[in-house]
Formats: sequence, C-alpha cells, structure tokens
Amino acid sequence: MQQEAERVRSFTRRALFVGGAQVVLFGALVGRLYHLQVQRSAEYSLLAEDNRIDQRLLIPPRGRILDRNGVALASNVPTYRVRVVREQAGDLRETLQRLAQLISLTPEQIEAVLAEARTRRAFMPMTVREDLSWDEVSRIAVHSPELPGVVLDSGLLRQYPYGEVLSHVLGYVGAVSQAEQQRDPDPLLQLPDFRIGKSGIERSYDKVLRGRAGLSRVEVNAIGREIRELDRTEGEPGEDVQLSLDLELQRFCFARLTSELAASAVVIDVRTGGILALASVPSYDPASFTGGLSRRLWTELRDNPRHPLVNKCIRGQYPPGSTFKMMTALAGLESGAITETTRIFCPGSVSLGTARFYCWKEHGHGSINLVNALEQSCDCYFYEVARRVGVDAIADMANRFGLGHRLDLDLPGEQPGLIPTRAWKKATFRQSWQKGETLVCGIGQGYVAATPLQLAVMTARLANGGLAVKPRVVLPKDAPPLSSVGVSRASLELVLRGMREVVHGARGTARQAALNLPGIEMGGKTGTAQVRRISKADRASGRHKREDIPWEERDHALFVCFAPYASPRFAVSVIVEHGLHGASAAAPIARDIMKKTLELFKDTIEPQTATVTERGNAS
Amino acid sequence: MIASPPPRIRQRELSLGEKLQWVNWPLLALLLVIGLIGYAMLYSAGGGSHSPWAWKHGLRLAVFLPVMVGIALVDIRFWLKISYLFYGLVVVLLVGVDVLGEINKGAQRWLDLGVIQIQPSELMKVALIMALARYFHTAYLDDTRRILFLLPAVLMILVPVGLVLVQPDLGTAVTLLVSGTAMLFMAGVRIWKFVVVGALGGAALPVLWAKMHDYQRQRVYTFLDPESDPLGSGYHIIQSKIALGSGGFWGKGFLHGTQAQLSFLPEKQTDFAFTMLAEEMGFVGAVTVLMLFLAVLMLGLVVAVRTASQYSRLVAIGAVINLFIYVAINVSMVTGLIPVVGVPLPLISYGGTAMLTLVVSLGLLLCADVHRNLVIPRFPSNL
Repeated sequence: MQQEAERVRSFTRRALFVGGAQVVLFGALVGRLYHLQVQRSAEYSLLAEDNRIDQRLLIPPRGRILDRNGVALASNVPTYRVRVVREQAGDLRETLQRLAQLISLTPEQIEAVLAEARTRRAFMPMTVREDLSWDEVSRIAVHSPELPGVVLDSGLLRQYPYGEVLSHVLGYVGAVSQAEQQRDPDPLLQLPDFRIGKSGIERSYDKVLRGRAGLSRVEVNAIGREIRELDRTEGEPGEDVQLSLDLELQRFCFARLTSELAASAVVIDVRTGGILALASVPSYDPASFTGGLSRRLWTELRDNPRHPLVNKCIRGQYPPGSTFKMMTALAGLESGAITETTRIFCPGSVSLGTARFYCWKEHGHGSINLVNALEQSCDCYFYEVARRVGVDAIADMANRFGLGHRLDLDLPGEQPGLIPTRAWKKATFRQSWQKGETLVCGIGQGYVAATPLQLAVMTARLANGGLAVKPRVVLPKDAPPLSSVGVSRASLELVLRGMREVVHGARGTARQAALNLPGIEMGGKTGTAQVRRISKADRASGRHKREDIPWEERDHALFVCFAPYASPRFAVSVIVEHGLHGASAAAPIARDIMKKTLELFKDTIEPQTATVTERGNAS
Repeated sequence: MIASPPPRIRQRELSLGEKLQWVNWPLLALLLVIGLIGYAMLYSAGGGSHSPWAWKHGLRLAVFLPVMVGIALVDIRFWLKISYLFYGLVVVLLVGVDVLGEINKGAQRWLDLGVIQIQPSELMKVALIMALARYFHTAYLDDTRRILFLLPAVLMILVPVGLVLVQPDLGTAVTLLVSGTAMLFMAGVRIWKFVVVGALGGAALPVLWAKMHDYQRQRVYTFLDPESDPLGSGYHIIQSKIALGSGGFWGKGFLHGTQAQLSFLPEKQTDFAFTMLAEEMGFVGAVTVLMLFLAVLMLGLVVAVRTASQYSRLVAIGAVINLFIYVAINVSMVTGLIPVVGVPLPLISYGGTAMLTLVVSLGLLLCADVHRNLVIPRFPSNL
C-alpha cells in the first residue's frame, strides 16, 4: 500500500512538472508570436491598408538541348500571350467572345478558359492563347478599352526547329499534371504557365533543363494590379544539355528512312556508347503538342498502324532473325561445340522428330564452316550449333551483348526485348522447352525479340572487342571504365571475319552494301524476321517469297553493321518494318548511313591502311 | 520484492447513466470550440466556401466527437486488456507498410485497405501509449529502478521508432520517441537515466546525420538559414512568417488574409492552418487558440492526477503529451522555431488521420476520467 502511495506521489509530482513545462513552452510560443505579430509587424504593415506584397515566382528560361556540335535542337522563343483576369473581366464569357472576334479562338479554347476560371482565384490571370502574331497583339491593344481584364503578356515558348526529325529523341513539354505536382515539391510546378518535360530528353533531363525559379516581389493594389516591383531575385536559368547526337547525321538518317513506310535506324559510337543518330519513321511534329493537341489529330496519331508516336528504336521489339546468328556462333565457339574449322553439312533442311526446319536456300549450302555460314547466312549451320549448345548458353551470350534487358538508356520508355530460356518458358507458360524451339531461337526467330537499339549495342560490343558499352544520348562527364563481356578475342575475331564476308565475300548476302570507300571495309549481317508463320501450302506454292502478300504480313528487313572493319568506330542497325529482305531493303539504307557517318567523322578516323592489308586477306 | 496482492475493493459496476454523468463535458466543449474554429478557418481557406475542405471537416467532427464519447463509455479494463494486442497489430501494420515501401521502391506511409487508407505510424502514437501504460500498470517505483525491467519498455518504444524511421518519416519517429520517453518519465524512471541516455544520444547525432536522407538534411539546413533558399524549402517558412507578421495584433479579418487568400501560403488547409488563423485573426486569435489548447491540456492533467489506477493515469497523461506534442511542434514549425516536419494542428488542420489519433487518445483520457474511482488490481487475472 505504501508502494502504491509512493508511485502516486511520484506521478503527481512529475505530472505537475510536465504541466509546468507545458505552460512554459506555451509561454515561449506566445512570446514568439508576439515577436512576429506585434514587434515585427511594422515591417509588413508598412503598406497602405488595401495594398499587399505579391510574391511572384519567375519561371526561369528552360535550358537548350544541343547536338554534339552545339547546334540548338530545342530552344526558347519569345511569344506573346493574352490572359484574362476574371475579377476584372465582368462577364467572362462575353469578354472572351469579344476577344474571339479579334483573334482566332476556337469555342473549345473559350470553354477551356471558362472551366479553368471555376478552379482559379478571381485575381489570377489565366492564359487564353499563346503564340500571338504581332498583328493580333496590336489588335488587342487597340481594343483594350472594350476588353476589361484582358492583359497582354510576353513569355517564352519552347521551339523545336527540326520538328519531326528529332521529336522522338527530344520529346516535348506540356502542362504539369496533378500526379507530377505531387511527386515534385518544386514550387515552380504550381504555376499554371510552367511547362514540364513530358517525354524524351525533355523528360529524362527535366530537372537539369528546368533551372530554379526567380522571385519578384511586387506591390499590388486591392484588385491585384501591379503598382511597382519592390525587388527581384533572378532565378537560375536551366542548364543546356548537350547530346552525343549529330544533327546532320540525324537528318540524313531520317530523310533516308522516309522512303519506307515504317523503319528505324540507330548509329552508335562503339567506343563510348554515345548515340549519334536515333531515327524512327514515321514521326510527328512536336509543335502540335506545345499549343495543345486537337482531339482529331491525337486520335489520328494514336491509331495510325505505322505508330508515329512510338520511338521504334527503343520501343519496337522485333525478332532479330539472322542478325542473331553471331550470338549463336559465339555460344558455340565459347563452349567448344564448334571451332573455326568445324564443318556442318546443309542439305536445305533438317528434321527433328516430326518437324522439319528449312534453310532459306532450298537446295542447301553443302558442307560449310562458320565464316562461310555467317557470310551466306546458312540456317542449317546455326540450327546445328544451337542444337549442340542448347538455348540457355545462347541466352547467356545474348544477355552479355545487351539483349533481353533494358540498357538504362537516358530516354524514357525503353523496352527490354526478350531472350528466352528454359526457366523463362516454364515460368511464363508452365510448359517445358521443346528442342525445336532451340533451333528456331538459334536463328533469332520464335520468342526472341530485340529493339533496334539493342541490336546496335550488340554490334558495338562485337566490334569494340567485347567491351560492354552502354548506350547514352547524353555522354556522362566521367564515365566508369567499361567492363568486358568475357568472350575470347579469337572467337570475336572469327565472328567479325564472318561479318566482313557478308559484305565483302564472294557469296556475301549483302555484297551490294559495300561502302566503296578506298581503304575502309565494313562488317555486317543481314536479317529477315518472319512476321507470319510459313505454312506448308505457302511453301509449296512459293507464295511466301512473293511480294504480293499484304504489307502487314510481310517479313521485317534488318541489317546491322560496323566500320571501319580494321578499327571499328561506328555501329549501325536498321530495321525496315515489313521490308521483306534484310539484304535488299535494310542493307542499302545502313550502307548509306554508315557512309555518311564516316564522311562526317572522317577527321577523327585514324588511317588504317597497314592493318587493312594484314587482315584483309581472310577471304 | 514481494508481490503482495492489493486489497480488493468491492466495486459496483457503473451504470450508463452514471458514466454519462462522469464524462468530462467541459473538456469536450473545449474540443468542440477548437474544432469549430478549425471549421471556420477551412471555410476561409476554401476562399469563403464550404468545399472542398470545411464541410468534410465538419462531418469528421460530427462523427468523431460522438466516437470519443463512445470510447469513454467502454469499461477501461477492456482497453487495458487489449492494449498489447492493439500494439502488436499496429506493429504488424508498420512492417507491412515498410515491406510495401520496399516493393514500390519509395516512401510508403499509407496502407490502402481498399475502403480506407490508414497510416499505421499515426495509430502507433496511441498504441504505444496504451502498451506502455499497460506495462507500467504493474510497476511500483522499485521496479522502475531495475534496468532489466525497463528493457522491454525501451524496446516497445524503439521498435516502432525504427520501423517509422525507415519509411522514412523523421517527424513521426521523433514524436514517438519523445512521447515514449515522456511515458517512461511519468512511470517513475529516475531522472539521471534520461540524462545518461540523452548524453549518449547527443554523441550519436553525427551518425544519425550521416544516415539522413538528403531531403531531411535540406530541411535542417533550411531551418538554420531559411533566407538562403527562399524558393526551395525555405519558401514555406518565409511565407508563413510573412503571413504571421502581417497579421499583426488584431489580424486582417476573417476571409481577408492576403497571404492565404492569394495562395502564397502553402498547405494552408493542413500544416499551415495555424498561420492562416494567425494572419486573419491576428495575435489575439492565435493566442486564444493556444490558450484553448492549454486549457485542454490542463484539464487533462487534472484527469490524470485524480484517477485511481496507474493504467488510467498513464493513458491520460499519454493523451495529454500527445496533444501537446502536436500543438507544440506545429506552432513551433509555422513560426520558424523548428524545421518543417509536416505535423498538423489537431482539430484545426484538414485531414482525417491525425484527428482519428487524437480522438482515440482523448477518448481514452475521457474513459480514464469516467472510471476515475475504479481501482484496477496490479495483476488483473480475471477482468
């Protein structure tokens, strides 16, 4: 009992102490309030009773996006906009309709402003239209007495001078969404006129490009009209972002691709991973997004079967077809299943169980070694290699060369592609792997899928001697040293030799793609990716080879290449959707792009005559 | 120590009528007044409109105040009995939130149960008090002198603090640590122990600093020198001080706070509601609200001191401390005394979770008061 009394006494004592502490702390808070609200109140009460200080955030100019040579790919142009303050406008609808008689203003735009007016404070100016012509500005100025609450204002508008050529890379800017506001506490995002990067570089480097807001303290009267600026802190303008991209090359690639309905090309520096061109056709004009997109145009872009909104270089996933054979070859060489001299007989088809797997050459290639199998793209050879090493060894090799996973490119929306394994099939379909699927996989068909970017990276890693370069649109200032993909020099040399034969060999599948530049050779590989399974009936009629089947059922044409062969600098991958044959549709485009690249960078390419003769007699 | 069974006093169960009579109506009235002030401020924050905030706030008051009375009418031995269970449940929820955060790779404080979202770290503020009160209910002062006896209690505090810290939610973690420590103090733990632990903690601060997130460090920097970053994190504090200062002695009048009405004041409906009040109602209004809160706190202390059993005492003082922490942190924050940590002002700020926490803990306080004459045995075998 005494103990109970003791703890009650202790509790009461301490409760009184806590109570005292609370009173003291509240006293301190009252003191603080007194200091702020009474003593320092004069500081803020200097202004006349119906005046107030308005702090306005100043939107900093957005950083420019430059190409590797410093050409501006995205910049800001001054623009005039007309805004309206509801508080002063009287009947808002009427005022806007009067305004519509002076400048072009769609009923939709008027409705949008009226809708905005319901959520904004009465004294906040709302933008009615941007990008006014000088003519329109003067017309509004002249009629300003009849337009209460209408104010003219100048600002900066994002401009993309090269339009659709770069829209997939640069992306565009747009109004801040609510989700973006919640994710990012930057007060700039609260401003109705602020524009945020929505896709492409504009999005991935938004924080760099954005800069920091400035602050203008202005004295405003009771109706919100500015009386004078008290002081002004300039913000920090956004930083410029320099891409590794070369504008001239990009334009060339885009123009070269437009002969096709849907195609894409990637040019990459095999030593740094810097992307020199990234073109996807068809494209769209980013300007149509900055001013707000009409519903009709949006539906049209979205539903177009050629997918203009999609950057096919990083989002398009295609079966790599024969361009994948390098991976199968390396898997074979590295596991010891084949050597340089291993010969395999190609009778035109092989059977496995009840299934029959065909070579593209009906009567077969006869007995053939690796270099010639690559040169002539013999399917049977790689069926056999695939059969010997198994799908998991091929998948391992493909993964090391950048296939089957995202490459952390500094552009949003990259797709992972797909490199199947036994475990993957089990997990996805709950079925075990079939032997025949290994064969199909060995020639880059079936489940295998890769993006043009991945194929370019694969080629770059082959050409640079097995260094795991990562693709970048903006090269980091201090890149970490590259790790090796872990493939022996000898195996790589052999595969590269096969790729050289594709272009320069007597029976190469892409002989017409030779560069015809003195002293510079190229290595490449054609690929034709089946879109539709070839049925027995098709095969019997020969229909699968004809060009009269519908466009969307035709095969995709692929080509990957690197040059100069002696000392590789650049890798190119081209995919022509439904282009039928890699050799005829994709290779000539890749050749032209490579030629242009070499021409543009000829000053940086060391003369290699000595090594060319040393390696040049391999055929 | 000999655990002598306390004399059992034959106690008559209270009837509902008696219970209602014993409810601390003055305290409830004070809460209602504060809540109505909150309603008025949210009406003003909505630009003189019931939507989007004021009507919901009113709705919450209308639901929560009766719930508070409901909690008070339940036999306090029931709350004692479920104390550990409730605490354990909230710990599980906290772990769940952390795991979800791990999966979503980001800060996660909410648990979406489909129908409602709950924030377990808020519930923990009540659960911790209940669990500690339950633990120390059996403890005489002799027990609290033994380190071994204190160890489970310290763990009870540190486990949720750790779980909340990894969310990461520094503000709530500190709140839990402070209220838990205050509970130990009230249970009778010797002062020198706090001094020693405090000194050790002070020595550990550099380590904590190193483990802080960038945004948390930024908040501390900004607090130390708000003018250095007037547009980033310092923006809130500067705007809040301007609003307070320009409010002056009598304020700018209801619906006439230019800072708030012109939207310079961020989060005026939640964390900065007090600023808006001080701008529109002036020093007079701000001090009035502070005094109302102080009155609630003092009434709560009276309840804690006049209650017969240790569990009730501790739960009651816990509720007082909780409320005090909310008010003290929020007002210190908006007046620029401490960094912005995102703690709302109870009953005035818009938002459901903080109000729910407060309702439950003050409900327990009222419950303690209703059962003020009930002696609960130290080792309740059959409650």
